[in-house]
Parts: sequence; structure tokens; C-alpha cells
Amino acid sequence: MADSAPTDILEMRGITKTFPGVKALQDVNLTVRRGEIHAICGENGAGKSTLMKVLSGVYPFGTYDGDIVLDGEIAKFGTINDSEARGVVIIHQELALVPHLSIAENIFLGNERRRAGGAIDWNRTNAEAAELLQRVGLSESPTTPVYALGVGKQQLLEIAKAISKDVRLLILDEPTAALNDNDSEHLLELLRQFKGQGITSIMISHKLAEIAEIADRTTIIRDGQSIETFDLADAGESSEAIQDRIIRGMVGRDLDNRYPDRESHPGAEVLRIQDWTVKHPTQPGRVVVDGANLTVRAGEVVGIAGLMGAGRTELAMSVFGRSYGRDITGKVFLDGKEVNVGTVPAAIKAGIAYVSEDRKHYGLNLIEDIKRNVSAAGLGKLSKNGFVDENEELKVAGEYRESMNIRTPNVLVQVGKLSGGNQQKVVLSKWLYTAPEVLILDEPTRGIDVGAKYEIYTIINKLVAAGKAVLVISSELPELLGICDRIYTLAFGRITGEVDVASATQEGLMALMTQEHTQETKA
Amino acid sequence: MTGIANLKELFTRNLRTSGIYIAFVLIILLFSVLTDGLLLSSRNLTSLVLQFSYILILAIGMVIIIIGGHIDLSVGSVVALTGAVAAVIVIRGGQPWWVGVLAAIGTGLLVGAWQGFWVAYVGIPAFIVTLAGMLLFRGLTLEVLNNVSLSPFPSEYSAIASGFLNGVFGGYGYDTFTLVIFAIGVLGFAYNAWRQRRARIAYKQTVEAPVLFVLKLVVVAAVVMWFAWNLATYRGLPAVLIILAVLVMVYTLVTKHSVFGRHVYAIGGNLAAAQLSGVRVKRVNFWMFVNMGFLASIAGIVYSARSSAAQPAAGNMFELDAIAACFIGGAAVTGGIGTVTGAMVGGLIMAVMSNGMQLMGVDQSVQQVVKGIVLLLAVAFDVWNKRRAAAAR
Repeated sequence: MADSAPTDILEMRGITKTFPGVKALQDVNLTVRRGEIHAICGENGAGKSTLMKVLSGVYPFGTYDGDIVLDGEIAKFGTINDSEARGVVIIHQELALVPHLSIAENIFLGNERRRAGGAIDWNRTNAEAAELLQRVGLSESPTTPVYALGVGKQQLLEIAKAISKDVRLLILDEPTAALNDNDSEHLLELLRQFKGQGITSIMISHKLAEIAEIADRTTIIRDGQSIETFDLADAGESSEAIQDRIIRGMVGRDLDNRYPDRESHPGAEVLRIQDWTVKHPTQPGRVVVDGANLTVRAGEVVGIAGLMGAGRTELAMSVFGRSYGRDITGKVFLDGKEVNVGTVPAAIKAGIAYVSEDRKHYGLNLIEDIKRNVSAAGLGKLSKNGFVDENEELKVAGEYRESMNIRTPNVLVQVGKLSGGNQQKVVLSKWLYTAPEVLILDEPTRGIDVGAKYEIYTIINKLVAAGKAVLVISSELPELLGICDRIYTLAFGRITGEVDVASATQEGLMALMTQEHTQETKA
Repeated sequence: MTGIANLKELFTRNLRTSGIYIAFVLIILLFSVLTDGLLLSSRNLTSLVLQFSYILILAIGMVIIIIGGHIDLSVGSVVALTGAVAAVIVIRGGQPWWVGVLAAIGTGLLVGAWQGFWVAYVGIPAFIVTLAGMLLFRGLTLEVLNNVSLSPFPSEYSAIASGFLNGVFGGYGYDTFTLVIFAIGVLGFAYNAWRQRRARIAYKQTVEAPVLFVLKLVVVAAVVMWFAWNLATYRGLPAVLIILAVLVMVYTLVTKHSVFGRHVYAIGGNLAAAQLSGVRVKRVNFWMFVNMGFLASIAGIVYSARSSAAQPAAGNMFELDAIAACFIGGAAVTGGIGTVTGAMVGGLIMAVMSNGMQLMGVDQSVQQVVKGIVLLLAVAFDVWNKRRAAAAR
């Protein structure tokens, strides 16, 4: 090790970052020692990625409160280039490579090796690229186009790109999320080598087993606050003991009355999904959902718990008119009868509604008004001979504005101007108007404030009281525990457990959600 | 709420749409002054309608394409091709005029289906498909015409574009029929506006103050009747104007009130959301282009009838005028926004500018420069307006 003394390479002090209406980070402290591998753990939405974006200059100096101290002096990064110049390089979860450029071109993109006069020096570019490829253990020609590489190799290429910039502090956001076991193992080995060369790494990962295996210390982030930092060596003897310790830190909060009460009277089975398998749309052979089986009864709220990349949204969208994936196999039953959900109109007709996790991209037409968004999926009900009854449309939208408590003066307000909570109510109105039997709600409370969340939960309760079947996907375990009757856990595309909410704990769910090998477990 | 505040709100709230009407009025005023009133003479107004009708017809289809988030570069070539088909059948084949019309429309529909297939079902961007179409259909035109002009069309065919309806109720130095038709139109417009207003009140929506409402109707009625008077004192009601009026009414209805129209706006506004709301995106895209082919064939018939000939170079650059009309008329480059009325006003702005400059004897080269700058400023205004709206959020 270059420097065995425990001096800190990085200290983030009292970082607070506010977005309009949301405090994403509040007084977060993070200390990273020189030459260590430091893991950052927390649930989705806890603020890990935001913290890393602050560190790497994506959110420039002045847009956050608090200090970043790098090598003992306060750093004021205005752009990513500033942080990279100081040796801080971030590798994002979504790879930032240009598919039709070669490996060498990608490595030196924005940092081209030039001759005097400005023309690119291709000999030097390719020679240096070859050296870097060797360092990361990637045996490919520098001139190979990137689209010809698998995800694992692309991830290595990202790392080669990072070390081309003389990296001293490498930040990896979910580096192994898309990798298979072999590629993951290789990548972790590489991180160990870097550690030997004195490169410090910060790693965000949901794979706790990996963290237990490779990291020296970990910092837990919860609800935008740093909870604790501890040495993994002190946390336990076995990998399991360490993982349990981390999970306790991640979920350690009490449930208060943030969820409206509801009496549960589940009826007959409404939705059954059988042997549902979905392949990735562009990466051949990658199975995103693997033989999923689940049921939802009338008047029942069923949750799907899973970490990022577990296949939650992919499962939902593939059921909803094959809106995701390819080579989809399996059956969908509604009220005991197999139904065709091959297209979105067919799925809607069968009585399924899907409220997307990303309402701005998949849920709303932001440049239109509330009225037209509410009617968008149910125009058939509003029209005769191909023409829309606009008075009726206005009436319907007005009724939903009242019943959903959408806070606007009228229904002619452009949807893009509404708050997140009101937007979500518009999306819900749109789907309720199609009179579905089954509602799939994907992260129904993402990005909306606590008050609006309570309202959304109340709406869900009303729906199930009216006998609808509701399937909720959420990253927030307390939310699932607060509103569901039953919870399925999804890990790496497989359903790893089915838990009755009465007997469920966050720790138990988290263990199932991080379980990498498949066994049907009844908790 | 006072009338003034209401009037101010009417303009500022919807600057995007009201801005272009103001610009239209200003341009008319500017050129009537510059041409010593020649622009607004009976004779010139009539020829303005005849001369730019086919651009306006194309702009109706184009604005739907643009709202859907596409573009069509081939319409000029399709105008030529449909006119050529009609000419070959009527002039060379000696068939009656209506066979030529049907053949032209059939050709337009086939062209539309061809382009719609590639855009909707194969997934090739419309820019590429219609750029190819531009070359392809121009080539086919040359092929059909053997590279020579065909003329003249029989008078029944030419009457589609250069005919006038008049004298039904007798003339007294002006044509009563024209005035009656326009009066019916104005009354229909007023009745419709009143009905909409009543419905909006019934549904507890805000409406303009009664004074403003009446004032608006009076202004519209006065302008329209003045226009009618000018036509009536010249040669009466041009047949083309009837075709255009019917198309504008039908397509305003389709874009505003039909399920198809809604789906077009939804696709242009947010493709992914439209798809997940159950819109059959491919089908809608396909029919958008079929419709464009249909309207291009109507424009082709009108154009060939007006010149009483089919020429290999007919319709050259028409696509650019039609596209410019849509953007000047407030359509958004990114799709999802635009109206048929806006496109018509955009087209008329171009028409008045071209016509005004022609009357002034301005050089062709200068005309091009001015048109180009107006298009650029119109879209710049659109971009600025959007940014302003985003900042106000």
C-alpha cells in the first residue's frame, strides 16, 4: 500500500442538497481513508447517488451547502471536468459510452491524444488504449467498436477510461448491477488490484455479499442523512453477519402512522401471472424476469419488493401489453380466464391498468391540460362515431379533479405545471377512468411529498374497498409494509419469496431481496 | 373582472396563438400601405385566393404530420405526380374529367400508404422516407409525362380551380349568391361560438366577458363580410375557396374533436405515454400519411386545373412553403402542438408577403430572403415563448 497511515483522502462535511420542495440530503458526513474501498449503502432514494453527484461536480459548488475536503483542502468543483482534473472520477450506473466509436476513441473521448497542430495522433491513441486495456484485463483490440462488447466488458472499458484520467478516487455507482457472476468477480478483483496501487474507491452497491467481500468500511445513508460509518471487520465474522449488520443500518427506522388504516377483506383471485419470463430487448440471452408466478385477489393490495435492477418494472411493463422486453413467455389469467395482453389496448380492454414509475416520460403528455390527460386512455368511452364528446370529457375530468383532490382552479391547466403529487393524481385518474379490475402501481409515491403520499395511500384503500386488485411496486419497504396485505420479493429477475405482511419484517424482506440464488422461500 | 383586464389576459395568456393573428394584421396593414391599397383590391384578393390555395391545402395535411412529430418533404413531388396522372388520363386518354380526378386521388392515397408503411410499420424516420419520396415521385412524374408538359385540360377540369360560382340570385353589380353564402357562414360561426360558450358556462368554465365575446364576433363578421363584398364585386365565389373552406372545416373538426386527432396530438406530445395509454401508434402514423397523400392529390388537381396543364416541374418547393406555413402558424418543431387554423394563417402570412412584394415589383431574390427571415423569426419566437413559459413554471 502506498500510504498505510490512515490519513483521509476525502471528507464531506455537512452536505445538504435541496431540490425544489425536497430535501435530498441533509447534513451528510462522509470520510474516506486513502487507499480503502468504501461502500455506501442505503435503500433506493436514500440519497446515495445524489451524494456522489455532489462529489463529482454534477451538482456544482454553490448548489449545495457544506464542504468537500479533498486532500486537506476545500474543493469547489464547477463541472465534472474540475473534479476529474483532481483525480475524482465517477462511473455512472448507466454506462456513458458511444456505441459506434472504437474502444480507443471512447477511452479518450473529450481527452483526445493530439499531435502538435491539433490532429488526433492515432498511433498514440491506440497504443495507450492497448496499455490501459491490459491494466483492466480486457483482451480486445483498441479499434473494436464498443457495440460489439458485452456489458461486462463495457464496464471494464469504463474503468479503463477512468484510469486514463490519472484517477485517485474512483466512484462506482452499482458497477455490477448488470453483470453476471464471472464479470462481477473480475471487476471486484480489479478493484482489489487498484487498492494495491493506491487508488481509493467508493462503491455504491445493492449486492451486500459483494460489499462484505471487498469493502473495508461502509457508510449507511438513510432518508438523505448519514446514519453511521463502520469498519466491516468489526461488524462480524462471517459474510452473513456483516450483511445483517448493514441491513439493520439501512432499514433501522420505526413505522409511524404515515399510512391510513384499512380493513382487509380479500375476495376471489383476480389476477394470476404464471411462469412469466422476459428477455432483455437488446442484450440477447439476458433474462430479466425469470419464471415469475404471482396472484392478486380482489380487495387486496399486493406488493413487489425488489432492489434497482431486480426486474420489477420490467415484469409490470411486460404484462401490460408487452411494453417491455422480447421473447415473453407465460400466461396471464383474469378472474380465472386466460387473457391476451399482447398489446396495450388489449391489456386495457382486459381490465389492467399500469401507472408507470416515470410519470413524466411514460404517464403524461406534459404539454396538454389535465382534461386531455385524464381522458387519454379512455377516449373510447367518451366518443361516438370517432368524435369525442368534449362536454362529457370536461365533466369527467372535473369529477376526477374533485374526487382525487387535484389542487388546481380547473381542469384546463397544463399538466407540466403541476406538482408531482397532483401529476400523480392525474395519472391515477386517467387509469381509473378506464375502469380496470387490476391496477399495477409502479412507485406510486416517488418524488412526491409526505402529504400527497398519504392521499395516494387513501386512494389505494378506496380502490381495494371497491373490490379492485392492486399490485404495488415500491423501493420503500416501510411503504410496502404500511399498505400491503402480501409482499412478493424479487431479486435478479426471480421471485424469491412471498410474505404475509403480518409476519414480514424489513430485515427479512431485505434478505430475500438480496438473495442471489433462487429458492422459493416462505418466510 | 374588467373588460380591459380580460382583453389583456386574452393576449398574454395565449401569446403563442394570438401573436400570429396580430402579426397577420400588421403584415396586411404594412403591405396595403406599401402597395397603395392594391393588396386589398377586389381583383387582387381573388387572385390571392387562387394563387395560394394549393399551399393552404397542403398545409392542412402538413400540420397534422408535424403535430404527430413527423415531416413530409415529398408533397411537392406528389402534387406533380397526381396532376400528371390526371393529365395523362384526361388529355392523352380522352377520359372524362372526373375519371382524372378520381385517378389523381387514388394516386395520392397510394403514395400516402406507401410512405405511411415505411414510417409506421418499418420505423424509418419520416424525414428519410419522404426525402426518398421527393426524388421517387418526381422521377415517376417525369416518367408518366415522358418529360414533356401536357396541356390543355378540358374546361370542365380547369373549372375546378378557375371557376366561379355566381349569378344564382342575379347580379346587381355585385353577386348576391356570394354574399348569401358568406352570411350563412358567419351566422354558423356565431351560432357555434355561442353554443360553445353556453356549454362552457354550463360546465362552470371561465368565458370572456359578454362585451368581448360580442365584439369578437362583430369583428370577425365584419372582416369576413368585407372580404365577401370584395369577391362579390369582382367575379363571385371562386370554386377553390369552397373546396378550401370545406377542407378547413372538416379538418378543424377532425383535429380538434375526433379520437384520431386526439391520438395525433398524444403521439406528438409524448410518444411513450401515448403508447402506454393504448394509442395504436403505428396505425395512427400510417393514416396520417395516407391523409397527407390525399390532400396532396387535391392540391395536385387544383394546381393542374389552375394552370390547365401538367408540367414535369410542377409543385417544386411546395413542401417548403407548406412546412413554413405550419411553423409560422405556431406548430412546434418537437410535435404535439399546432392547429389547422394556425397553419392557415401562417400560409396566408406567406401569401400576403409574396403577393405584396410581387405587387411592389420586389426582386425574386429579395422575396426569398424576406420569407426565410420571417420563417426563422417565427420559430425563434416559438422557442423564446417556450423558454419564457418554462421559466414561469
